[in-house]
Amino acid sequence: MSVSAQARIRTGVPVRPVRPGQRRARMLAGTSRWLFVTPAVVFVAIFFGYPIVKNVIMSFQDYSTKTFFTGEAPWVGFANYVNVFGSSIFATSLINTGLFTVGSIVMQFAIGLGLALFFKRNFPLSGFLRGLLLLPWLLPIIASSAVWKWMLDQESGALNQFLGLFGIPAVPWLVSPSLALVAVIGVNIWLGIPFNTTILYSGIQAVPEELYEAASLDGATGWKAFWNITWPSIRSVVSVVIVLGVVYTLKVVDLILGLTGGGPANSTQTLATNAYHQSFVNFQFGVGAAVSNVLIVVSFVFAMVYLAITRKAVDE
Amino acid sequence: MKPRSPIQRRTRFGGLLGAVAMMATVPLILTGCSGGGGSSSSGSAKNLTIEDYYQASYDPIYKTCATQVGATVTINHVAGAGLIAKVLQQASSRTLPDVLMLDNPDVQQIAASGALSPLSDYGLSAKGLVPAVEAANTYKGDLYGLQPVTNSIALYYNKKLLSAAGVTPPKTWDELRAAAKKLTTGKTYGFAMSNINTYEGTWQFLPYFWSNGGDEKNIATTGATQALQFDLDLQNDGSMSKSSINWAQADVNNQFIAGKAAMMINGPWQLPLLNAAKGLEFDSVPIPTRAGEATVAPLGGEAFTVPVTKDTAKMKLAGKFVGCLNAEKMQSTIAGVTGNVPTNITAADAWATTHPQVASFVTTVKTARARTGELGPDWPKAATKIYTAVQLALTGKASPEAALQQAQSQNQ
Repeated sequence: MSVSAQARIRTGVPVRPVRPGQRRARMLAGTSRWLFVTPAVVFVAIFFGYPIVKNVIMSFQDYSTKTFFTGEAPWVGFANYVNVFGSSIFATSLINTGLFTVGSIVMQFAIGLGLALFFKRNFPLSGFLRGLLLLPWLLPIIASSAVWKWMLDQESGALNQFLGLFGIPAVPWLVSPSLALVAVIGVNIWLGIPFNTTILYSGIQAVPEELYEAASLDGATGWKAFWNITWPSIRSVVSVVIVLGVVYTLKVVDLILGLTGGGPANSTQTLATNAYHQSFVNFQFGVGAAVSNVLIVVSFVFAMVYLAITRKAVDE
Repeated sequence: MKPRSPIQRRTRFGGLLGAVAMMATVPLILTGCSGGGGSSSSGSAKNLTIEDYYQASYDPIYKTCATQVGATVTINHVAGAGLIAKVLQQASSRTLPDVLMLDNPDVQQIAASGALSPLSDYGLSAKGLVPAVEAANTYKGDLYGLQPVTNSIALYYNKKLLSAAGVTPPKTWDELRAAAKKLTTGKTYGFAMSNINTYEGTWQFLPYFWSNGGDEKNIATTGATQALQFDLDLQNDGSMSKSSINWAQADVNNQFIAGKAAMMINGPWQLPLLNAAKGLEFDSVPIPTRAGEATVAPLGGEAFTVPVTKDTAKMKLAGKFVGCLNAEKMQSTIAGVTGNVPTNITAADAWATTHPQVASFVTTVKTARARTGELGPDWPKAATKIYTAVQLALTGKASPEAALQQAQSQNQ
């Protein structure tokens, strides 16, 4: 049996003996099908495949400023990886990346879901308020981080001035190494709420109203309705929001650079800022590539999870 | 709008035709250019491209020198932080400008890549300039950049606050510490500097570090420990805000202008802002050292270089242009525009007498040290270690001694 016949069986089209003219038509159909795929394949190869392969190659090279002019990048084997894993900053960056990601995701999601449920009921100005909520999403991150840096200033920052009204002494938000990470995560949560709210809100909107009506007849309202109707219905949306959130959060650089630059004393250094620093401050592009490859592997795991979830959602 | 006469309409139409004709010649011009830039070294085009991260206030200077060497210039101002990335990109696509400005600690890094041509090819040398200029711009025995003007950092003080407290400008660490303590009142800190986790923080810490015998090859020494301890003492006394670990030099300047700091470490590039501040009376002295020895501060300022392009005739012209920028008289003109210090020693001395505000910087620059003088292209790693140590100590994560040791062994 030919491959196309197999395909036809799968698609449910009955197999019939083929006439020559029909075969040519089908071959043309086959090539045109591939023609439709080609642009996507070329696009992915150029804009996703090439940079990743290049990055992997770079991590095994001594890629310095010299390379840009001469094109020479000597092979150094695993030296860059040895350098990265042996650095005292690596462990800190790894832990901080974990704390930053988990902290941001959990809070963004919890607050996002809360707001989405809140906006489910219609009340005056709810549309306007929902629009307003998108604001953090619309601002350039570097602008948000500059404003937050200003607001979190220990002595003249708006936040401490406000807390001062209640007799709370000035909090060293970005100055204390133990608080800086908390402050940075806080700002990132603020940034991520609109995304979570918007996606979850649309998921909740898609739940048919009849389900709630039927449930209320059976006495399921409030929390009961949420756990038995809303939550199961939006489960696939939830997984997508979380997995996408993780991938976005892992690679956050601009926000941290804008707020603390990885400091004080490396207390907010993550894998992403570490990679940036190695490449664009120390000009060690090979080492920077090695760090970012570690990050790529971590993101890749989550991307796979995302693919599995979305495929399942489509199959359902 | 005036009604158009038929003649006007015709000229408009003519203009359109002209534009079309121009469009048609664009490819010709382009091919003409690439041909000229290629094998032929006749250098028919006398246009030099310049790339820097300055403001438009530099343009008249460039134009003056362009007229002098018989060229026209195309000036391209790039944002400061983006310059190196752009230069690397241009190096790989072979589109470097004819004259390239670089921050002096970057010169050796770029020279090491082979993208710059030695200035001796154009008969230029660092003779008569402050010694650190040669050290900063020399890579493997060849001079690659020349700085018409330079800068460094000094101790600014608020005249009114000091005289009110009966304090004279300090010369030693003990005097600085005592003065800072005395000047700290209410919302005003006695002293401010940048201890941020960037090269700015390193640059500001270097005068303590170098003047006390610190060396970037091994930062964990007794001299360096004393320097870092002094920095920490100022903070522990409450004379320096704990926020200094987040302050860039511009932030420090804002604190000083706002009257929230009585003394600060900063550079002459702040003079325009300081002079514009109403009611602020200030002056500056070289940064105090432990026992009043000469200050060893880092050499600042930007160098002009001639990148390797295919057109040797143009490179020669660019060399002449760089020579013009560095001529003694031109240096004073540039210093007037930027508030910096001429690098020519005689020009600098003359400048100090006519411009008392930069006198302390002239003194400092003479004995200044180039950041890349010792380690060359390896300087960025050492700079990272130094600010890391400062941050570890000031945030209380380690004692000065442990902080320096930790940073020195940090595999960066």
